Amino acid sequence: MQYSVLLATDLDRLIQALRAEGYQVMGPTLRDQAIIYDEIHSVAELPKGWGDEQEKAHYRLKQREDGAYFGYAAGPHSWKKFLQRPRRPVWRAQKSEDSLQIVAAVETVPAMAFLGVRSCELHAIATQDRVFTGDQYRNDSYSERRAKLFIVAVNCTTAAATCFCTSMHTGPQVTLPCDLEMTEVIDDAEHFFLLRSGSAGGERILQQLPLHAAAQRHHVLAQSAVSNAVRQMEQGPRNFDSSDLQALLYRNYDSVSWDQVADRCLSCANCTMACPTCFCSTVEDTTDLSGDHAERWERWDSCFTGDFSYISGGAVRADTRSRYRQWMTHKLATWYDQFGSSGCVGCGRCIAWCPVGIDITEEVQSIREAEKR
Amino acid sequence: MSNTQGKPKLAVWKFASCDGCQLSLLDCEDELLQLADSIDIAYFMEASSRQVEGPYDLSLVEGSITTADDERRIRAVRDQSRALVTIGACATAGGIQALRNFADVEEFTAVVYAHPEYIATLKTSTAISAHVPVDFELQGCPVNKRQLLEVISAFLHRRPPQVPPHSVCIECKLRGNVCVWVAHGTPCLGPVTHAGCGAICPSYNRGCYGCYGPKENPNTASLCHWWREELGADQATLIENLRNFNAAAPPFERESRRQEQRDGEE
Repeated sequence: MQYSVLLATDLDRLIQALRAEGYQVMGPTLRDQAIIYDEIHSVAELPKGWGDEQEKAHYRLKQREDGAYFGYAAGPHSWKKFLQRPRRPVWRAQKSEDSLQIVAAVETVPAMAFLGVRSCELHAIATQDRVFTGDQYRNDSYSERRAKLFIVAVNCTTAAATCFCTSMHTGPQVTLPCDLEMTEVIDDAEHFFLLRSGSAGGERILQQLPLHAAAQRHHVLAQSAVSNAVRQMEQGPRNFDSSDLQALLYRNYDSVSWDQVADRCLSCANCTMACPTCFCSTVEDTTDLSGDHAERWERWDSCFTGDFSYISGGAVRADTRSRYRQWMTHKLATWYDQFGSSGCVGCGRCIAWCPVGIDITEEVQSIREAEKR
Repeated sequence: MSNTQGKPKLAVWKFASCDGCQLSLLDCEDELLQLADSIDIAYFMEASSRQVEGPYDLSLVEGSITTADDERRIRAVRDQSRALVTIGACATAGGIQALRNFADVEEFTAVVYAHPEYIATLKTSTAISAHVPVDFELQGCPVNKRQLLEVISAFLHRRPPQVPPHSVCIECKLRGNVCVWVAHGTPCLGPVTHAGCGAICPSYNRGCYGCYGPKENPNTASLCHWWREELGADQATLIENLRNFNAAAPPFERESRRQEQRDGEE
């Protein structure tokens, strides 16, 4: 594989090359004391020099001393919001005297380039691909957005305390296909990106950049930077063996752990909204006052709401215990049966963004220990 | 006057309230004309002195029950209404005036009025549903006008209203807001509060004040525990937040009483 070096001072060239190719560039930027994903127009909008400190129900920005562009871990947003829209119109209907006309909502799908996709996030996108682009329940809105997508992946060189991709085997080194792969390296006086293309489109972008040949030294530094993230996670609080999760959960539908977590869980749905793989949506059908117009909208839904499992006679999962159990068992066990992979990529968002600090890795441990008793 | 022939009859009633929810209906402006085309506004004293006698197809009730006369009047309203929908925190949970439920109302009247003997009031402020059967409760202080129109449209076209009872957190996440609780350490009632406002306060970096009352399946005990232990909220803050516009909504009332109790234990 051909690697090259892009100096950090030339990073804007990459953004401008993508924009010139007609891509709407989505990337990390600072807002409301967090690093979120939004459209970016130049390198000036990237969170240069900012990192984060994350723990259960805790996220704070932290100034870094090294001026890194990608020195942060997974934040409040995931790329999901650009591919599976939080709300979108599905169809509109118009009633006239003798007919009812239903017209599918047609959207102009932008060609987007995601800048700074982490390995766990590539896995999350691949997970959603299996849900939305399969033959059986294909989602056209998602599929069209996905088909036009250009991905610039960035290897993680730093991990938050909430990260556990090494336990879920999804990172931090990029292994899935992407258009460009980069590693940010800051060493003494040097600040550069080691990068390679992973597609013809990526190659076309590379040709427009002022690249330098990659020497052995560049490779060693990049590898050592990624190893740093691995080490942080392996020595961190959330390193665990995930190989038996499916069997563990199938054996423990009646674990006392579910009652304990239900006492704390707010069933507020923050975990599912922040999760990059949670894909559930509902449809809302409305009419206007005249009754001549009707609309169907799709919007994100969550297995933590009562409406989610509501059928004639009431909600199937009326209490929090059954909702949390459904979510976690689906994420870590039944997902394998349904889609052939885990539903969890180890990004840690559900841990940081749960208002009361419920930690899925701790819950696994709690079920394990309850079983031994 | 538009033709009222064959149109469903709408009545809007006021009990103990500030009129803000009725104003939400008047605020509809453009849609108000469409509303008048679809429905006969037969009784709406805030908007018009025209009064058409009942029965009514749809009654919107604002306000809580605070007097013996209210108790009689709401039964009369129910008797002449095919469907009765309560609008706002007063009608669905007793409103801010339900703070009297936690104190002695005679003491209040003695302090406030020069001649308290003129005041005939009940010891409590209660929701409409405590007195008569209610077909649908629209929460909010005040109600959201889009949701109000949605409830009326749903009634007119005999479909369920799209008023999800989930948390304000879902509205925040749909908007892409950064969580003020997690990222700023700001106490927020969003995780136990009914959606509907569109997460206005967190969108401006404030915590949610719970104007829309309890969501479905709220866990106020866990929320209070985290506010106290991790966000540094004291007992007064907890109780003041729970005892706002929806003080007498059962989950909030139970929790605020439990928080009071805790003081005795400590």
